[in-house]
Amino acid sequence: MSTFEISNRTRSDVIIMDIQGELDAHTAPRLEEKLQKLIDEKSVQIVVNGTGLEYISSAGLGVFMAYIEEIRELGGDIKITNLKPKVFNVFDLLGFPTLYDILDTEEDALKRFQQSV
Amino acid sequence: MPSIRQHSMRISASTDELEKIRSFVASHAGEFGFSETDVNDIVLAVDEACTNIIKHAYEWNPEKNISVSVAFRNNEMLVSIIDEGKPFDPGSYQTPKLEEQLKNKKRSGYGILLIRKLMDNVEYRKRQSRNEIRMTKKR
Repeated sequence: MSTFEISNRTRSDVIIMDIQGELDAHTAPRLEEKLQKLIDEKSVQIVVNGTGLEYISSAGLGVFMAYIEEIRELGGDIKITNLKPKVFNVFDLLGFPTLYDILDTEEDALKRFQQSV
Repeated sequence: MPSIRQHSMRISASTDELEKIRSFVASHAGEFGFSETDVNDIVLAVDEACTNIIKHAYEWNPEKNISVSVAFRNNEMLVSIIDEGKPFDPGSYQTPKLEEQLKNKKRSGYGILLIRKLMDNVEYRKRQSRNEIRMTKKR
């Protein structure tokens, strides 16, 4: 069975979501649940740190697609960082880099949030 | 005569079986001598095809089965995935546009787009109640 872990921490009022393992149709609902919870709490400045993300399919990308508009409408954003090249490649194939901030490091994402205040 | 190597496996139509099928495909594509990038592409294409079958052909019924077989011949890998669920009509497929999908909070249709981008050739066949997706990739 696919292994997938999510844990949240906070840096400068931004939620950092560390995701690890494999994000596929089996594990995507767990990410969805966590994002929904953050929206309910109005914690909408989110960095998804993908250092430990080994695999993503369109079901995983679909979660980012489904929530980004709502998060932006609430004045927030999801910025994605630290992707392995093989995982970035899947985001790239579907054109994500034009509509999402995909950055090298967590610090880059935090700076972007500071600049947008 | 070139030798043909073929391997098959059957999974139940449940997302908790996806990892099993990915390992199966990765190990054989690796044995066939594909690069790591190509192995990743083939694995993702098979995952997307199986996920679509689970969701759309079988509508989340885990009592149904999916058969996956891989064969290697003439520097090309053939993956055949068979189900007996609701058939997919490739003629009705419209490529999703990311910007519009985000506005409408939609997220479907990307599996097929990925399969087409990742594999060299994709064909859909239907014989009686059997649906087959045949995908190939050259080494």
